[in-house]
Amino acid sequence: MIEGFDPLTAVLACPLGAAMLLAILPGNRLAALINTLASLATFGAALAILLGRRPEAGQYLFIDDLNIVFIVLNTFVGLTTSIFSGGYITHELETGRLSPLRLRFYHGMYQLMMFGMNLALISSNIGLMWVAVELATLSTVVMVGLYLTPEALEAAWKYFILGSVGIAFALFGTILVYLAAQPVVGEGYDAMVIPKLMENAAAFDPALLNVAFVFLMLGYGTKVGLAPMHAWLPDAHAEGPTPISAVLSGLLLNVALYAVLRFKMLMAANPEAISPGPLMASLGLLSLIFAAFMLYRRRDVKRLFAYSSIEHMGVIVFAFGMGGPIANFAGLLHMTMHSLTKSGIFYMVGLISQIKGTQRIADIRGLTQSHPLLGWGLLIGVAAIAGLPPFGIFTSEFLITTSTFARAPLLALLFVFGLIVAFGALMLRVIDMAFGEPSQSVARAEASYLPFILHLGLVLTAGIYLPRAVVEWFQHVAQILG
Amino acid sequence: MQSTLALDIAHLLAGGIVLVSFMMLYQDRLFALLNMFTLHALVLAASVAWQAYIQGAKHLYVTAAIALLFKAIIIPLALHRMIVKLGVHRDIETAVGVGQTMVAGMGLVALSMALMFNVTSEADPLVREDLAFALSVVLLGLLIMVTRRNAVSQIVGFMSLENGLVLAATGAKGMPLVVEISVAFSVLVAFIVIGAFLFRIRERFDSVDVGALDEFRGDRR
Repeated sequence: MIEGFDPLTAVLACPLGAAMLLAILPGNRLAALINTLASLATFGAALAILLGRRPEAGQYLFIDDLNIVFIVLNTFVGLTTSIFSGGYITHELETGRLSPLRLRFYHGMYQLMMFGMNLALISSNIGLMWVAVELATLSTVVMVGLYLTPEALEAAWKYFILGSVGIAFALFGTILVYLAAQPVVGEGYDAMVIPKLMENAAAFDPALLNVAFVFLMLGYGTKVGLAPMHAWLPDAHAEGPTPISAVLSGLLLNVALYAVLRFKMLMAANPEAISPGPLMASLGLLSLIFAAFMLYRRRDVKRLFAYSSIEHMGVIVFAFGMGGPIANFAGLLHMTMHSLTKSGIFYMVGLISQIKGTQRIADIRGLTQSHPLLGWGLLIGVAAIAGLPPFGIFTSEFLITTSTFARAPLLALLFVFGLIVAFGALMLRVIDMAFGEPSQSVARAEASYLPFILHLGLVLTAGIYLPRAVVEWFQHVAQILG
Repeated sequence: MQSTLALDIAHLLAGGIVLVSFMMLYQDRLFALLNMFTLHALVLAASVAWQAYIQGAKHLYVTAAIALLFKAIIIPLALHRMIVKLGVHRDIETAVGVGQTMVAGMGLVALSMALMFNVTSEADPLVREDLAFALSVVLLGLLIMVTRRNAVSQIVGFMSLENGLVLAATGAKGMPLVVEISVAFSVLVAFIVIGAFLFRIRERFDSVDVGALDEFRGDRR
């Protein structure tokens, strides 16, 4: 390793520097290239963190076994999305949906959002983590409204209002955690540093922690997209540019989930506080079943997959709520698989909506005939997300089901019921789109298929053979999650 | 330093913020609502400055100054201009009835008192009551947001909610400055974002009534 090279700083400095550079650079091709290069550099830095020696936990930044999973996933999907975004955005520019100036804004915001998410993941200070989540939220709000159509404005407004209220609750919860920690750890920064909090959690006032967790769960849970606080999510996914839908589903929801998990661990470290599991499991189950039924009534293809994201976040939160080594392992695996598959599907959907010039499911027909690669790709992607073997999502859902059956058979029944309902809805819609008489196409696709193939390839590999090193790594993380 | 008088003044100021929140609840004209918000921010600044004095925490003066400068002067002035420019200053809001809103508000305050006093039974009395007041302000801000249909008044409601958070943060002794600065920062960013949005919403719909947005739901297309 090069002397003086600190991957922890690099993972933050690359996107931040690129954001500033992109904000002043004209020229779309060059900007897209820089966007990709910066994302590549960030991913490289994340790998360096993974493989290198762990730095000591500082007052602001730290790395442990939990957040490294999120960082690697985050920067990887950030990289593939930036590759996809290059071609996608060029098409938007040519059709006149975006002006060059707004495009410059888009690229700058993309990197700023990556910076916010990376900062949220590696910050060791719960206050700083909150600031970073807020930064990521605000930058995505403007991206959702980028097209300035009435629909996009409505979506962005809704996202802004609901997201801000969620974030406000999260801050209140953060303040309460500080108050609980302050008599034990002492005043000042120390009472907000995660490793210090974890060390001393057993001595905190349990009543304060309980209330704090409810606020944090509601606050960050809004950002995870859990029902009944999910209202912003479908609109935000449907109206923004498709690369943003991909990062929203694949990354931003995970970042909020990471915050929830951190506080769940804190709660678990205090023997007298309420156990956070049941609350999480019931919210997760509610989201799963609710979203599964809502899937049937969707007429917009991006909304369809947005609801599917709510469903899968429900599955993941349910798994972490059940807890224990197997369910935690499955939750972690499911989160990774969902990120990869869902962002992959959004790449396909982005291409389809550009080719067909519409997002209405009813106007998209016979893809397998007119565009075989796209049609079969979508079909395979949906098969993966719906949980068919041999894809990775089947593995994780299977593990969650079996481990739940052993402990709470009734919950497992509900869980399986939700999965089957969602499976039916997704298959119904995708078969309509893939087969039949082809509908009219208005344009040619320009964005690259490579990111999609890469993501689906990984999901397929994970479903067939999960490397031993990864299994051990995830098992270890599952253990610290408790 | 913590004499009874010092505590009483702290309570008076924190309670004053809750009172102003109530006064905001029943304003049906935008300018009146904005004036109330200015008062809200002024009382907040005074309260934070008083906390800085009795806690002997110098950094809280910065927070007080930010509250005074941004929330009591710049933002109300700018919003005032924006309202005139948008031409919505004569709009009268048909919010939910004043009676129901006030009853709901009282319920929320009672709820936050009951919750916070129970939970923080071992904490410092100053912290306890400060938190209870702060939670009331947060919940009342939320109530203002849900009973309004006008985008400008929703923003005002949101900012009063943030004032509640600042109150909570200052009550927590020795809480690092990070959070306070970020709150100020977020108000600023929110303000810019909102400003841009308001003009766009107005441009597209000829109104800042958020109800007009409802028709553009993708699923109803």
